[in-house]
Amino acid sequence: MPANLLFIDALLIAACAWLAVGLAGLLAPRNTRFISKTLFPFGAVVGLAVGVVALCSLGNTPETAVLVIGLPDLPFHLRLDNLTAIFALLLGFVSVGISIYAAGYFRKGEGTAPGLLCLEYHVFLASMLLVLLADDAYAFMVAWESMALSSFLLVTTDHRHAEIRRAGYLYLLIAHIGAIATLLSFGVMTANSGDYTFAGMRAQELSPFWASVAFLLALLGFGAKAGLLPVHVWLPEAHPAAPSPVSAMMSGVMLKTAIYGLLRVSFDLVGTPLWWWGVVVLAIGLATAIFGVLYAAVQSDMKRLLAYSSIENIGLIAVGIGLTLIFHAYRMEALAALAMTAVFYHCLAHSGFKSLLFLCTGSVLHATKERSLGKLGGLIHRMPWVAWLALAGVIASAGLPPLSGFISEWLLLQAFLFSPGLPHPWLNMIVPVAAALVALVAAMAGFAMVKFYGIIFLGQMREENLKDAHDAGVWERVGLVWLGLVTVLLGVLPSMVILRLDTATRQLLGTGLADRLQAQGWWMLAPISPERASYEPMVFLAVIAASVLVGRWLVHRLYHGRTRRSPAWDCGYHFQGPRAQDTAEGFSQPIRRIFEFMFRMDRHFPTARDEKPYYSVKVEDHFWYWLYLPVARLAEAISALIVRLQGGRIAVYLLYSFLTLIVLLVVARP
Amino acid sequence: MNTIPLSAQLINLFASVILLLAFAMLAQRRVLQLVNLFALQGATLSVSTLVVAFTTSQHHLYYSAGLTLILKAILLPWILHRLVRRLHVKSDVESLINVPTTMMFGIVLVIIAFNVALPISQLSSTITRGTLGIALATVMLAFLMMITRTKAIPQVVGFLAMENGLFLAATSATYGMPMVVELGIALDVLVGAIILGVFFFQIREQFDSLDIRHMERLKDS
Repeated sequence: MPANLLFIDALLIAACAWLAVGLAGLLAPRNTRFISKTLFPFGAVVGLAVGVVALCSLGNTPETAVLVIGLPDLPFHLRLDNLTAIFALLLGFVSVGISIYAAGYFRKGEGTAPGLLCLEYHVFLASMLLVLLADDAYAFMVAWESMALSSFLLVTTDHRHAEIRRAGYLYLLIAHIGAIATLLSFGVMTANSGDYTFAGMRAQELSPFWASVAFLLALLGFGAKAGLLPVHVWLPEAHPAAPSPVSAMMSGVMLKTAIYGLLRVSFDLVGTPLWWWGVVVLAIGLATAIFGVLYAAVQSDMKRLLAYSSIENIGLIAVGIGLTLIFHAYRMEALAALAMTAVFYHCLAHSGFKSLLFLCTGSVLHATKERSLGKLGGLIHRMPWVAWLALAGVIASAGLPPLSGFISEWLLLQAFLFSPGLPHPWLNMIVPVAAALVALVAAMAGFAMVKFYGIIFLGQMREENLKDAHDAGVWERVGLVWLGLVTVLLGVLPSMVILRLDTATRQLLGTGLADRLQAQGWWMLAPISPERASYEPMVFLAVIAASVLVGRWLVHRLYHGRTRRSPAWDCGYHFQGPRAQDTAEGFSQPIRRIFEFMFRMDRHFPTARDEKPYYSVKVEDHFWYWLYLPVARLAEAISALIVRLQGGRIAVYLLYSFLTLIVLLVVARP
Repeated sequence: MNTIPLSAQLINLFASVILLLAFAMLAQRRVLQLVNLFALQGATLSVSTLVVAFTTSQHHLYYSAGLTLILKAILLPWILHRLVRRLHVKSDVESLINVPTTMMFGIVLVIIAFNVALPISQLSSTITRGTLGIALATVMLAFLMMITRTKAIPQVVGFLAMENGLFLAATSATYGMPMVVELGIALDVLVGAIILGVFFFQIREQFDSLDIRHMERLKDS
């Protein structure tokens, strides 16, 4: 074996190992102990290997492999280049945390047998790795569909509930629409050459029209998987329906495979991008981000809130891709590299913190059996591990320094600030508006995260039974700590991470940020020049740590022993129980009022004469009524026309065949 | 004048008898007579195949002829007779379209069939190629019978008669299908007839009648 094929072989062995772990689950499908304490940790070790191999392979020349399996004339082609390696490393490292957590999470008697769950989970992991490695359309689609199917089965783990089956159906439906669009896009890119390898697609020179068709189809196809507007509706249904490790895997990793696909097509396969593609992606991304963050802010189910937050983050990533496309089309490669680095960074950061948060909701769910924010509260006292680790995730998700989310959003805004150099007056006017909206999204994300964290973990317990809540077990803690570490390291060592990411940027755009960063040293991040903007994460960390410690010391020093506990003046309200706290609905009421036109609300207000007064609000998605229901009605109307053919009379059915026979005989006469 | 060999004349004669019987079945109103006509058609088909086998000395066609005789002239009519008696089907065959109109349609179909079969039979090199149009016409007439009859048993007879037509077409175009295929089809027809016989009882139990118009209720709504 040639030595330079080592990395791709190692990744293939890892994929096979995942499949083997999954199949091993079938040996004893009901033995929860064997599966959770042996197989899932083994899957985590494989994940770690994938991450390390991918990290080591960064910067190497692309490696290829041709498998013996596949169709007779169409074997699977695989390729490992820097873009693949970045996403494989994301998959590997994030799956370590999730697999370890899953070892402690899956219990007896929950939906599907644990052995099947183990199989589905590891097939899901292996197919995601193969999606990243695929180097021809056929292998890609096979892996892509295995990924969709295995994740569908995972989503419907608890298939006894009708709403979960419905969520799974919706997911599968939109996944298939997306897969068809992706397949068509590949078909356009082969340009009738019959060569379905990616190398063949790179070699094709498409006319601008056909290139645009291929790009837009890919945008629809991968957008459906990523959750871009308007094909996002499956995401807030499927994520809450799935078990928490699965939600974490889907939100953290699977959505990124769609981003990978979009990057692969638009920067690698389709040829030189046109500037308006960037504008389209930018606009869709912005709309998605604003939509996602507003809906996240008004949710009162913790997993739905996170699902909408994922939509928002995918929107931000799409904004970055759009900006990269615009800069790249105008040959402003340095700025394109900056925006693309922001895209990669946000992919990594989002995988880390969103998986962390989904796993935290899993622990809360197990401890309290409750998903509704209105029945939680004060859990920091009972679940300190989960609460403090969730805090790390929340800070990163809100885009606050010194954690990972800040870096990527800061890089993205930096890229926006340099856009006045664009040689297009109209774009120059639009782009600052977009930057302002991105800033709005970041702020609103902060709001949503304060709501998420404050209502679940802070304040007083809203229900009696929360007093029995227990903290996460050892396995779960290890998984959470791993993801927390990822989040912190991504926030504290941005320069080192960007130096690694730079290999992929360089591969796609021909230039990167590495030279400037190396000149500055590892502690400082100044993507364009230190005079314009720079960020020193260590300084931030030190200042934050110092102020917290000094504040704590001062409080203890000045007030120690002199704290007096007494009933507060109750303003005449005698009963101030936990119910008097701000609720999830109440907290987000201003957002609901200000952005009322964005929501479709169904509210019920109590009146003075109600025997049992209650307030309820149900927020629904306009897109469901604007886009999906009309399509569904159209389909029903067409089927109603077709169903007339089925009259129920055998004579008529026979007549159909008879007429077909005669017509065919007459038409096909030689 | 160009004389046609005796064997070819015989084959053409039998083929036209089969077509005539197909018309007779289309016009027949009584169930038992219909079954008898079907048996007669099967016997004619068997004799016709025998002549072809003798003329062309294709040995497997002897087996085909024997199989046809046993199956279509004896076994299936016997099963159908028993069914008719067991089910006490007394009433006449009801037709959706009246018989003279059906006959008109049948004539039109024969013209179409001959027209369509002409180019195909020119490609064929067998001595029986002239009968291809007749075979196709038989298939179509049987199909027409299935469409126009409202009771289940005539429909099954139509189905079986269609198979007769197909067999004739196979013999006339290529001296018959391979033996394995023929055996398979024969078995299919037999099994089909038995299953349909079972179904008759089920249908009657369900609807107290063999009138398939009752089955309109079965569709999805």
